[in-house]
Amino acid sequence: MAEIIKKATRESFGMALCELAKTNKDIVVFDADLAAATKTGIFKKEFPERFIDCGIAEGNMIGVAAGMAAAGKIPVAASFAMFATGRAFEQIRNSVAYPHLNVKIAGSHAGISTGEDGATHQCIEDIGIMRTIPGMVVINPADHYEMMAATKAAVEYVGPVYIRLGRLAIDSFNDPSTYKFELGKGITLHEGNDVAVIATGLVVNEALKAVKELEAEGINARLINIHTIKPIDREIIIKAAKETGRVITVEEHNVIGGLGSAVSEVLSEEYPVKITKIGVNDVFGYSGPALELLDKFGLTQPHIAKVIRDVVKG
Amino acid sequence: MDSSEIRQLKILAAKSRMGAILGTYHAKSGHPGGSLSAADIMTYLYFKEMNVKPEQPKWEDRDRFVLSKGHCCPSLYAILALKGYFEWDELKVLRHVGAMLQGHPDMKGTPGIDMSTGSLGQGISAACGMALAAKLDNKDYRVYTLLGDGEVEEGQVWEAAMFASHQNLDNLVVIVDQNGLQIDGPVEEIAGIEPLDKKFESFGFEVIKIDGHNFEEIKSALDKAKTIKGKPTAILAKTIKGKGVSFMENQVGWHGTAPNKEQYEQATAELQAEIDRLEGNC
Repeated sequence: MAEIIKKATRESFGMALCELAKTNKDIVVFDADLAAATKTGIFKKEFPERFIDCGIAEGNMIGVAAGMAAAGKIPVAASFAMFATGRAFEQIRNSVAYPHLNVKIAGSHAGISTGEDGATHQCIEDIGIMRTIPGMVVINPADHYEMMAATKAAVEYVGPVYIRLGRLAIDSFNDPSTYKFELGKGITLHEGNDVAVIATGLVVNEALKAVKELEAEGINARLINIHTIKPIDREIIIKAAKETGRVITVEEHNVIGGLGSAVSEVLSEEYPVKITKIGVNDVFGYSGPALELLDKFGLTQPHIAKVIRDVVKG
Repeated sequence: MDSSEIRQLKILAAKSRMGAILGTYHAKSGHPGGSLSAADIMTYLYFKEMNVKPEQPKWEDRDRFVLSKGHCCPSLYAILALKGYFEWDELKVLRHVGAMLQGHPDMKGTPGIDMSTGSLGQGISAACGMALAAKLDNKDYRVYTLLGDGEVEEGQVWEAAMFASHQNLDNLVVIVDQNGLQIDGPVEEIAGIEPLDKKFESFGFEVIKIDGHNFEEIKSALDKAKTIKGKPTAILAKTIKGKGVSFMENQVGWHGTAPNKEQYEQATAELQAEIDRLEGNC
């Protein structure tokens, strides 16, 4: 068993940028006065000459990053998911995505696990907002190892990418000796034909624990980790629907617009089955410790296990 | 610049205005007013100021131009065609389905367009990014961006202005086409921006005020900008919206209205007469 690393994906992201910047001289990192929080500060410390703090001005930051990309650089612009994709949506849409510029946008403190800061900072719409933009790649890594690999893939891919980062330190579950990140390819973490559980991001490990728990009860759930929300792995989703006949999606995002919607779009066209969505049910979050909030919103192992049990037992 | 050079620039600018009229007429839409007010500035930039290679539009050491007031692209397209980036006849299908020339500049599809723009306030940020990239790469190319005076009502312009000044972007020139009119009326009646010179000065810019239709003043401002070190330059260019076409001058209604056949013919005749007059004097 691989070493379990307990780390927030934002930190893994900062580490990955440093690693990549050692060999890739074109990487330039931008932040909007949140370097300590988004963990681009790790990069700032090592490569101060390639770090630009734009101050609290996200729209300008994205525009500057677009201009940098037009001049041949690989800009990585980070802020909280709320401000990166919310405040600067139109700059991303028009200055970055329309000309398909090579800008990587990192949205940290995504989801309700942002915690005590409350609803204004708990972005539950970013995946939906970003995936409606033509040509935008959307990645939501689930643990330290996946974030390290995903950041590398994002930088190597030529074109706009949105990458979602979490604030909460979480256990890794991937094994780096066998783990392989392929943009747009889902990963089957657990085999089973009773039901297909499709999860993304921070809650994948909770779903994995739930699926393992149910094994003892004789429920064989398939678990698929969708780290790339766009382009989504249609094949793995359709196959799972065909072989299990019922699908549950799990995400730390509004049930409108996120993974559940993306999976529904694929299956409604290709192989309609009943889909049960676990996520934030179109409500705003509120202040509280991250773990308590995840529990309140039904995004932890016992809640996920219960939904799977209910779906399987009909 | 001697008088013959100025005359040549005036001829080119008149031709660019004809292109803007031609394009918007065939498109049955578009923005003639601001295209005409900005024509002299852009003509000077492309024919005298900027180091560019039309045969190699993506040449990495080129000077860059970002038309932040992207809707005024009809005259920019005409200038690019005159400069040899593409065929003049492209203007006749401006804004048509499948055409290369889009309603607002598209850097992916149009040679010579350095940045896709059109959503106001965004081009200046991209220009800052290009200027900063030049600094990081120790390259000496310069970046020019043209804004509308209505456009400076966008908050992002001032985010970018703070950034440009903080990063000491002395390779950046921000030009404001001060034609005084925006869609809903005179700028000073809609959301007054004055004193614009003091605003840019307090944001850390070297500010130069000129007549945006006077080539000697345009030249002297751009020459001076090159001597300014450690801070960006803002050139506030007083212009006439609709300049060069008698019935369009200072008329707010010509912001985003295309000429009909009769108006197209009259405008073209006026501009041709100006060209003939200038060429006759050569």
